[in-house]
Amino acid sequence: MTMQTTSSGRGAIELAGVVKSYDGGETTAVDGINLKIPDGAYCCVLGPSGCGKSTILRMIAGHEDPTHGEILIGGENVVGLPPVKRRTAMMFQSYALFPHLNVRDNIAYALRVRGMSRSERYRRAEEMMATVQLGEFAERLPGQLSGGQQQRVALARAAITEPRVLLLDEPLSALDEHLRIQMRTELATMQKNLGITFVHVTHTQMEAIALADLVVVMERGKIKQAGPAREVYIAPRDRYVAEFMGGQNVLRGKVRTINGVRATMVGRGEEPIEVAFDGRHRLEKDETIEIAVRRDDIELLRPEKGKVPAGKAAVSSRIVGIEYQGNFVKVMLDATDDVAFIAFVPERRFFQDPMKVGEVVYAAWDVEHAHLMIEP
Amino acid sequence: MVKRSDLFGWLAVSPLLLVLIPFFVVPFLVILAASFMESDGFGGMIQTFTLDNYIGVFRSRLTFDLYYETAKFAVITWAFATVIGFWVSYFLVFHVKNQLLAIGLFLLCTVPFWTSNIIRMISWIPLLGKEGLINQGLMGAGIIDQPLAFLLFSNFAVIVAYVHQLTIFMIVPIFNSLSKIDKSLIEAALDAGSSRFDILRYIVLPMAKSGIALGSIFVLSIVMGDFFVVKVMSGGGSASVVGALYEDVGVLQYPSAAASAVILTLIVVAVVFSILRVVDIRREIAR
Repeated sequence: MTMQTTSSGRGAIELAGVVKSYDGGETTAVDGINLKIPDGAYCCVLGPSGCGKSTILRMIAGHEDPTHGEILIGGENVVGLPPVKRRTAMMFQSYALFPHLNVRDNIAYALRVRGMSRSERYRRAEEMMATVQLGEFAERLPGQLSGGQQQRVALARAAITEPRVLLLDEPLSALDEHLRIQMRTELATMQKNLGITFVHVTHTQMEAIALADLVVVMERGKIKQAGPAREVYIAPRDRYVAEFMGGQNVLRGKVRTINGVRATMVGRGEEPIEVAFDGRHRLEKDETIEIAVRRDDIELLRPEKGKVPAGKAAVSSRIVGIEYQGNFVKVMLDATDDVAFIAFVPERRFFQDPMKVGEVVYAAWDVEHAHLMIEP
Repeated sequence: MVKRSDLFGWLAVSPLLLVLIPFFVVPFLVILAASFMESDGFGGMIQTFTLDNYIGVFRSRLTFDLYYETAKFAVITWAFATVIGFWVSYFLVFHVKNQLLAIGLFLLCTVPFWTSNIIRMISWIPLLGKEGLINQGLMGAGIIDQPLAFLLFSNFAVIVAYVHQLTIFMIVPIFNSLSKIDKSLIEAALDAGSSRFDILRYIVLPMAKSGIALGSIFVLSIVMGDFFVVKVMSGGGSASVVGALYEDVGVLQYPSAAASAVILTLIVVAVVFSILRVVDIRREIAR
């Protein structure tokens, strides 16, 4: 069998109405997914464990078949085809390196089962080992490598067949914090060099926004939001996405007054909070709405220093905790009932006039910066 | 001066030593000593030092024939037990999806061991005999008109009994080593484009090596050291190394029996060592 080159393969993926249920429909892991991933994109599927993200990956890889729906890679329906025919390659969560084969044979394995001669496949493995800087470890067994090196072997083993799509199942979860950040950068570089589509499943939002062109947030078998990392981060669709992506405070309230593109809502306290909205929303009086306010957009003001400036909205709340984080100070407030309302105050600004736990302050933000969420 | 850790080590192995020294090392030394003595012909031994017993064993054409026969049984039994044992384990580990069912079936393999070796062997007689189930069935179906004589009291029957008795010694260690194979390895191999046969050849078989080696040690050493199965199932028609040794004991030739026993022990030890040379079991188990 001859190897095809990367350029001939189009790695665009499309999922259309994909459903996966087990036990004759009793449990549904994936519940009607529609998703388009462009060729050459780095897509991160993000969600808590059990949300169906790994199932999606395994269905794209061909290790599981969808109960309903179609999976298209490069425009052709691949449901029922084995992984080789799909020209996908998967990198497994615990790497699944063959423990009895050394690094070179692990990397060359896919070429071996394709019937390539020993000298040819070793030459290709040698090239690949140079790319991932494993040359000196060729004779080692996986058990003799560090976590980071094992990850590189797994990556090299998956990439050697020049797949059009590389599927990564929680590739960084087995590594310690420090190595995870280093390997994250290596993954990004690798993806740029290979120029193929990466689909990366993770439960860590930091990983997703650092790497992805396209972030897909999932909950219980459904896609909650899909879009560029920045869009998902700054404009979450609902409370779930906002809380999962982090960095946001969610405030819930009832609409009190509506005036053009401004409205006021009343939350837990009796003070009205000004909300900006655009043509996408139709608000009605007494409707429950939720807004997301970024933690780093919040300014803390002392009530005795006067009123909240025009164009700003604010809630009055008590400081319940202060954590020094180095480049900023994390201030926890009791403005919301369930989750803490958090402000990230730049380090210099905070220490110009430090506040103390127990003080009552205004947490204020620019009305334009708060994001009105589509679904409360 | 004994270090504390050394002392603890000795304490830890002492139960094993307490069993091994009186029941293995001492009897072996007694036999070793006896093998250099002379028989007085009436069951007594003259305490001298002679190599005549060994020379006698090696000079005898019979010795080589016996070893050839025993080795033949050992190798044929080993081959059947390995193939069947591997296949059963492979089926249980990779094809039975329900793990509880797999363990249940595995335990089922051990059911024959709830009864004694001898009964298991004798129970072949009504099946394989001239009036046995198989012959009656085949004659009833009109496939044969004379009972097949080779079924019982033959080398065939010996092999059947050995395979029946010893395949479990292959199944257990191979099942154990196959169970340790992470299922994601199989998936990774499929992902890389392997056929089922590739997976068997490149992944499963190499990773079952330690189990096969352990099972081989059990099977080969048991067959080499056995005479009862050969005696009963061949109907006295076939001989074995231990069978001959037993007859020496029967005619009170203790020194020559002892010499044969020492030689057999050395040969079995050599077989075990050569298996261990091929497969580093310690490393495989530690993995």
